[in-house]
Formats: sequence, C-alpha cells, structure tokens
Amino acid sequence: MSAPYAKLPGWADYGLIPVINLLVAFLVAGLVVMLVGENPLRAAGILVEGAFGRGQSIAYTLYYATSFIFTGLAVAVAFHCGLFNIGGEGQAYIGGIGVAIVCLSLDGVFPWWINFPLAILGAGAVGAFWAFIPGILQAKRGSHIVITTIMFNFIAASVMVYLLVDVIKPAGSMAPQTRTFLEGGQLPKLNWLIEMFGLPIRSSPFNITFLLALVCAWLVWLLIWRTKLGYEIRTQGHSPKAARYAGIGEARIIVITMIISGALAGMMALNPIMGDQHRVQLDFVTGAGFVGIAVALMGRSHPVGIIPAAILFGALYQGGAELSFEIPTISRDMIVIIQGLVILFAGALEHMFRPQIQTLFATLRPRSAGVEATSGEGA
Amino acid sequence: MAEAAIELVGINKSFGAVRANRNIDLNIPKGTIHGIIGENGAGKSTLMSILYGFYQADSGSISVDGKPTTIHTPNDAIAAGIGMVHQHFMLVENFTVLENIILGAEGEALLGSSIAKARSELERLERDYGLEVDPDAIIEELPVGLQQRVEILKALYRGADILILDEPTGVLTPAEADHLFRILAQLKEEGKTVVLITHKLREIMAITDNVSVMRQGEMVATRKTAETTVEELAELMVGRRVLLRVEKGEAKPGDFKLSVKGLTVKDSRGVTMVKDVSFDVRAGEIVGIAGVAGNGQSELLETIAGIRTAEAGKVTLLGEEIDVSGATDPGDLRDRGLAHVPEDRHHVGLVLQFEENENSVLGYHDEPQYLKGPFLDREKIVAEAGENMKKYDIRPANPMLKTANFSGGNQQKIVLAREMEQDPEVLIVGQPTRGVDVGAIEFIHKRLIDMRDQGKAVLLISVELDEVRSLSDRILVMFDGRIVGERGPDATEGELGLLMAGVESKEAAE
Repeated sequence: MSAPYAKLPGWADYGLIPVINLLVAFLVAGLVVMLVGENPLRAAGILVEGAFGRGQSIAYTLYYATSFIFTGLAVAVAFHCGLFNIGGEGQAYIGGIGVAIVCLSLDGVFPWWINFPLAILGAGAVGAFWAFIPGILQAKRGSHIVITTIMFNFIAASVMVYLLVDVIKPAGSMAPQTRTFLEGGQLPKLNWLIEMFGLPIRSSPFNITFLLALVCAWLVWLLIWRTKLGYEIRTQGHSPKAARYAGIGEARIIVITMIISGALAGMMALNPIMGDQHRVQLDFVTGAGFVGIAVALMGRSHPVGIIPAAILFGALYQGGAELSFEIPTISRDMIVIIQGLVILFAGALEHMFRPQIQTLFATLRPRSAGVEATSGEGA
Repeated sequence: MAEAAIELVGINKSFGAVRANRNIDLNIPKGTIHGIIGENGAGKSTLMSILYGFYQADSGSISVDGKPTTIHTPNDAIAAGIGMVHQHFMLVENFTVLENIILGAEGEALLGSSIAKARSELERLERDYGLEVDPDAIIEELPVGLQQRVEILKALYRGADILILDEPTGVLTPAEADHLFRILAQLKEEGKTVVLITHKLREIMAITDNVSVMRQGEMVATRKTAETTVEELAELMVGRRVLLRVEKGEAKPGDFKLSVKGLTVKDSRGVTMVKDVSFDVRAGEIVGIAGVAGNGQSELLETIAGIRTAEAGKVTLLGEEIDVSGATDPGDLRDRGLAHVPEDRHHVGLVLQFEENENSVLGYHDEPQYLKGPFLDREKIVAEAGENMKKYDIRPANPMLKTANFSGGNQQKIVLAREMEQDPEVLIVGQPTRGVDVGAIEFIHKRLIDMRDQGKAVLLISVELDEVRSLSDRILVMFDGRIVGERGPDATEGELGLLMAGVESKEAAE
C-alpha cells in the first residue's frame, strides 16, 4: 500500500530546496570561519566579490565552470544508467593526450577552427577509451565500476607523468610539459562576451570551450530525455530488471554509457589545454573530475541543474582563491572545507529539509501538493 | 455487546493534503475476531499503523480495554497489549525461532537467562494455543506458514491481548490458512481479541464475528458477519455493484501456440526450481498454473519470457523453437508475438520513476512505429498512451503523470494495456491481480477472457486459487518445481489444495 505523500511544485523541488541547502552550507561554513577568528560576513563578501565582482573575476569563474560542466555531465550520464563513474579525473587527464596529438601535429598546418573539431574528437575518443575499459569489465566480468574507475585514475596519472617526462617533453626542456602550441592550437577567448556588459577584462583564460560545454549540455539533455538510447539508459538506471524484461542488453548499454561519459570527461581537457595554457602540463585537471561528482549530485544529473551548479563551484574556486589571498588565516584548505560543506548539504543531505518543507507547503497551499495525483479514484 | 477491547473515536490522519483516515469510529468488542476490509488505499493500513504507533493520528482518541491510551511508538502499543503480525514478516532470517522471539525483549546483556525464560514461556504458549514450532529451528529453513506462527508467538510472548494480522493468508496454502484460522479461533476462545485485515471476502465470512468496511479513508459500515453477505460487503467496499464471478462461454481451443517440453530451470543460487515441466497452450484457451508461491511458477514464467535461462528443455512458440539457453532476448520474443505481464510490476513490468507514456512503450520502444530516427516519437507515444488510458479506464487519465503516483490497480492496467494492445498471439500473465482492488480485478478478468475469445493463447500464473479456478479452462498445479496434476475448471478447491500441498495426485483425485 503506497503511503500518500505531498508532492512539491517543481520550482520548490528544483529551486527552493537547493537554495535552502546552500544557505545552510554557508551558515555552517560561516561558523568555521568564526572558529579561526575571522568575520564570516567579511569573508563572504570577499568570496562573492572575488567570484563575481569584476569582469575579470567573472571570466575566471566561468573558465572553471566550463571544466566542471564537462565533468558534471560525464558523471550525470553515468548516473542515469545507475553507474557511478568516479573516473572523470583520469578520463579528463588522459583526454589531454587526444588534444596533444592533434595540436602538436597540426597546429602549424591548420587554423584553430579546423583543429578544434579534430581536438574535440581526439579528446573525446581518448577519454571514451579510458572509460570503455572499466565499462567492459563491469559489463562482462562484473568488476565494480567504482573500483575500476578509481584505479584508472591512478593509472592515468602515471601514464601522463611517464609521457610528459619521458616521451613528449621537448628535448632540452626542464619542465615536464609539451612545447607551447602554435597559433593553430590556441582557441579564441570569450572575453568580449563579458565586455559586452561593460565589464572590462585585462586577460583571462575564459575561452570558446564554454560554448562547447553549453552545446554538450543541450546534447546530453536531448540524448537522455528524447532518444531511444537515452530511454534505454534510464530504464537500466532505474530498474535493471525492467531493462532485462524490455529486452535491453545490459552489457551493451553499460558499455555505451561509459563511452559517452568518458568522452564528455575527456573533452574537459580542451578547456585548460587548448583554451588557456596552450600546452599539456602535469596535473592540468586539478580535481575537476571529482568536482564533477558534486556538480552532478547538486544539479540532480540534469543539464539545467548542472550548469548553475558548475558555476557555483567555479565561483567557489575563483572566490576562494581570492579569499585565501586577502585573509591569509583562511587557507586553501578552508576553501576545501567550504566546498565540502556545500557537497555535504546539497548532495548527501539533499533531502534533510524536504519533509519540513513538504509539510509547510501542504499546510499553506493544499492545492499545490499534488492531491489529484494520489487520490485517483479506486479502480 | 461485550466490553470494548479497542475503541477509536474520531480518528483523522492526513498526509499532506491527502486524508487517509477521516473521522474513523471503531469499536472492537473484547474476545471477538473483527475483520477490516477495504480496497487498496482505503486507509486500512494507515488506521492499523496508527493503532500500532507507526503513525500518530492528527486528531481523535484511542481507548484500549476502556482506558484512554496514547500510542506514540510500537513500544507503547506493546505495553498496551497490542501485537501485530505484518504482511511481510519482520523476522531475522538467520536467527533461530527463540532468538527471534526474544528480539527487542532481550533483557540483560547476557542472553542466557532470557533465553531460558523464553523457552519455558514458549512451551506454555505452544501448549495453550496449539502453535507448535521447534524453538531451535532457523527461520529461513521454516516454511512460510510456520514463520507466520513465529510472528504470532512473538506477539503473544510480549503479552499481547489484542492481535492485529495484516493480510495473513496471502502467502499460505489453503490448508495452512485453515490451520491459521483454527489458531485464531483458539486465541479467541482464550479471551484474546483478533483484528484481521484482508481483502479476501471469503475469509471474512469464514472466521470473523464482526466486519468493518473502509472506503476512501472512511469507515462506511460495520456489520455482524452472520447478518451480511459477500455481495453486500463487495458493494460496500467498491461503492457500486460488482460482478464477483467471471462470466465466460465455452473455450474453443485451436492450434498449439506454446509448447513446453522437459523444461528444467535453476535459480541464481543453483537450486533447481523447475523440474522437467511439459505442457501446451492452445489458441483460444486459458491455461492456469496454480501453486503456493515459491514452487517454481515464477521461474517457469520468466524462462518462457526469455528473462531466465534454462538448464534443459524446449520451448516452442508458434511452431518455432526458442533458444532457452540464454541467447533469446525478451525483445525477440515480443517481435515473435509473445507478450508478458510480469509478476512484479514494480520492478520488472514498469519503471515507477517514468512518466506513464514512457512505460506505455517499455519493451516496444525499439519498434519503428515509435521512433523518428534515433529519437522517440513522443507525440505519437503520448497520444497512443492517452487513448489506451481511456480504453482501459486508467485513472487519472494523464499520460504525463509519474507512474509511481498511480494506484496498484491502475499500474497493473498500464502493463496490461501495453501488452494486450500490441495484439500478441500468446500472452503469459503472472499474478494479474496481486494488490489490485476488487473493481479493477473485475475489469482485468474480463479483458483476459476477451483475449481468449479472440483466439489468443493465455498462460496464467497466480497464487490466488479463486482466480485460477474462475479464469482457466485447464488448471495445472505446480508443487516443488513439478507439475503434479492437471484438472478441469470444475475442480474443487479441496482437490487443488491437496495437490498444491504436494499430496499424491492419485489420492487427491478421489
């Protein structure tokens, strides 16, 4: 017998609850700031100012957000299939090889607008390959995807160190990185987009990969909610038994989903490599793969949620850097704590305030609480 | 009338805006067996949960043995002498009977003394009520009927004077159910009060003294059982007249559509669940498979549907052999004209998180008619789902609604609509009316008969003996993985009951 429950209107479900969770996270973070003897309001001011205060800071925030959109989408696609792809970090890192191959060999031959699509394919293909192996191991051998993708993060890191130190480092160079790409391996900036609003920018890493990220978000939406493949992915994710019943091959759908997820994670490499540094450096992913998990959780695995969640984490990255610069007692580690609290309240404790809010809604506006849904006549 | 064991006055309970119980008044006289019936969602379980302290009423009062009592937790209920036997047993499977009985009443840190006490108490209870169980048996090794006895003993051990049983016979053979009723009668004789929640009208008539009927959160009537009829109760439950018997004409069996030969199936633990089963289903007939849950029917059904692989045997569908060793996909079978209504609609037949229209093509989603290139043709799917909702009277008729928000009966109709509207040649159906209310059962039965009359072959598996008897043209009885007998639709319940319990078919035939 199904227990009746009050259903929240969409805006409260997807808007109000995340905002409340976020406020609580910041409240607790404020207590932590007080604990080290600083004024939380001042810290919050610096953080917001640092993330959105000037054109420059907005550009940085969006630059970080770009990376997080890719990794967030990667985690989300896998989530829809009931798979927890923790390997975004490694898939993005190894995806750098795809970008490097295209840019190092063609940057003197073609202009950027020919190299960019090729690099997208390269990064996607290498990232997809890195996710394909755990995928096929899960599908055919039952090796748990969480374990294998974590291990593949380490393998990716080792492979990249080896490649950067021993293989693709230019002869005579001391730094473990590739040579700097020529013009043909450098993406245009998007600074004009922000300058349009009258916010001047000196220089920033914000580049057209951001637009690619938005296109990918739209494509993911299309894939998951409009295509037959997406339908099969969701069926498998919600109920593997129903998928079996519907004749959806479990192994096939797991492998395809992981390939798509890995390709999205791999494309993250475009943003720092082609968009900003114009070379492949050690550790260029800087944790974006893991932030993607938080972004997907907070964005409810929906592109419309993932984009704002990615911008939020971009803001925490950028504003947090400013904060630790302005108030030295608040170190980088404190920023990690704040991020952790956001993940805790927005992700893990997502439903903590839901019952109270549901009761509130049911009392205030019984009509909005989905009565017609649950009281459907006998039959 | 005797003193009241339980008296509820003006109980109200809302979940959000849904009023699950409205102004419930109920008086259960001491030392009687009191039945509570109602459709799914009528509020029976909510009311009993309030009585047992899982929920608290928004308003109203509870008196136990004439004393006003507040019940906030199950512990309060136990202290007031109320015990509950749940539909799904709350037992620790790998504990012994004794360990389960003292669970929650362990006493001290060391178990020795409380075990000894429990053992002697248990012996007394067994003597007094005829509830024999080996106290040292491991729960998971006991048959379901005995597990239920342990639940009853558990309640009595805690000093329950009032025993609530929630759908107690759903998992029992007719013989086990009869035994349970004898136990309940014995309990009544000893002065205990029994509350029996069920949707089986026959049980109400057989055992209760009084019966209360709930409908849409309200208590619509209380009757003395001796002064009412099954027809009256059914009408009170549904709010309109219902046809309790299925009306059907003679079967006109045609060609063989589905043949099963020597099928043997193991489950995931390696236990052989289906042993050398053979039978045929012809066009224009319904073949019913009766049996107590867990005797291999589910595995048989899933193997024919292509979900499970077989160890040995042959299945022939419309003259073509099916590869039962694992290569055949349920999707292929669908293309070949086999439709399958699975037993477990919540996890297999439907994706509850999906919108209704998405479920309306589950399994048929790769048919070209629902596709536009790589995209699903949503417009067409939604339009068709809307039509089928009208045709099958699925309420609320909104194909965009999340499937979890439909009642059990409507969910089942969603599955049936999907499978029947694809016009299959062979339909295999598992538990078509499990957890479905009386009004919808009538409809579903009618549709199944219609399928038969259109010349389809229907294989029906159900643990509801009444259902198998009233729908089937031939009845096969399964016990311990084998088909132990075949009977016509006029077989008596006792005869089938014996077969279901594994008593030799020769004796049963007499």
